[in-house]
Amino acid sequence: MLKTRVIPCMLFNGFCLVKTIQFGQERTLGNPIQFARVYNSRNVDELIFIDMSASQECREPVFDLIAGIFKECFMPLAVGGGIHTMATVDRLMKIGADKVIINSAALANPNLIKALAEKYGSQSIVVGIDAKKDVEGKYWVYTNRGRTRTPWLVEDWAQQVVRQQAGEIFLNSIDCDGTMAGYDIPLIRRVVDAVSIPVIACGGAGKADHILEAVMVGRADAVALASLFHYTEYTPNEIKGVLAQASVAVRWNNKF
Amino acid sequence: MQVIKVMQVIIVDYNMGNVGSVSKALTFLGVPNIISGVRQDIERATHLILPGVGAFGDGMKNLRAQGLIPILRKKVYEDKTPFLGICLGMQLLAQTGTEFGRHEGLGWVKGEVVKLRGDGDLRLPHIGWNNVVVRNQDALFQNIPDDNFYFVHSYHLVCTDSGVISAACSYGQTFAAALHQDNIFAVQFHPEKSQMAGLQVLRNFLGI
Repeated sequence: MLKTRVIPCMLFNGFCLVKTIQFGQERTLGNPIQFARVYNSRNVDELIFIDMSASQECREPVFDLIAGIFKECFMPLAVGGGIHTMATVDRLMKIGADKVIINSAALANPNLIKALAEKYGSQSIVVGIDAKKDVEGKYWVYTNRGRTRTPWLVEDWAQQVVRQQAGEIFLNSIDCDGTMAGYDIPLIRRVVDAVSIPVIACGGAGKADHILEAVMVGRADAVALASLFHYTEYTPNEIKGVLAQASVAVRWNNKF
Repeated sequence: MQVIKVMQVIIVDYNMGNVGSVSKALTFLGVPNIISGVRQDIERATHLILPGVGAFGDGMKNLRAQGLIPILRKKVYEDKTPFLGICLGMQLLAQTGTEFGRHEGLGWVKGEVVKLRGDGDLRLPHIGWNNVVVRNQDALFQNIPDDNFYFVHSYHLVCTDSGVISAACSYGQTFAAALHQDNIFAVQFHPEKSQMAGLQVLRNFLGI
């Protein structure tokens, strides 16, 4: 049976790994390569690396550092941040990326999704969506690290990226980011119900029950998380143990 | 006197996808390896790996254009060199492929490559971690710490002789996740992306 994935998410600010709260307030965590090594040794399903300041600083992704991370990984790795052109994707694929995550570039030019999917296959192209709820309970897509609201409602944009042949959606809740108070379940459910491609839910995990809720109620195909691993005793495998006990199909090995 | 067998692992480069990650995994296992699409290198190989991501027709076209089919056939059939096909590298072993039209394959394994059914809720491609059921305690799967492997594919090889199937996987239907026919081994999943279980499969192959 195909497994629900639990994916550590590494957020890079140009210098080191950080965690954020509601897309602001950075806290330093450390060296990305060391983290990648630890996650690899913990036998995780997949890794996500986001260079969150690349687009804002109008620079390319940190290719050398990313190549260093690939060296540590024997699992699929998705890379996002600062990816605006086919040439950048070509270079990331060449150094070993399995998937790329595009976000603001997809909003600026939805045809880029299709061009990338045609070249590398939909399974390699993930669209990142940052969403925030308004007072009426509508979810809007934001860009520019959560600063600028776009004209897109989250479910409409999700359907649009599917039409452009995206293979997966990496869904972030700006409101819940770093709060450790739980995922935005209605947001996840809204996107999952709108599309037929896998949705990776991110933002808000503070305990194992939150993850269970994102999978069982939100019906996320995968969950991404960071703070939980950094600020609690949980390992990825322990979280999967909790999911397994609730009869969620996960790749879980009680030997680790 | 102790006889030291010098290993020469060649990862066949025919411009079909990420050969780098297979090489990296072998290097991690401490096994020197060469990525090459040159006949002279392949001639010297003690172990051959044919990786590959992409369409069946393109894969055969590239192998043919580089003139690699006769040397690969000689190595596998005359020298009995252990051979491992990965993903597209498994599918190319078939007699025929049906992705974007009918294409002739290497024909080393009797069978045809067809699309997964993807019934009902099942999405294609089949992407992610799925467990396999190993048959006959196959050599490739000895001492694996976990039976889950990472798959990315929409097509699968239907073997005429089901006896060559060494591991099966289920995604709406049961399909061949691995096969073993004499010195020919092949896996539909990506061992180089399947963490410790995948590294163990590669280690087992190199021990053959």
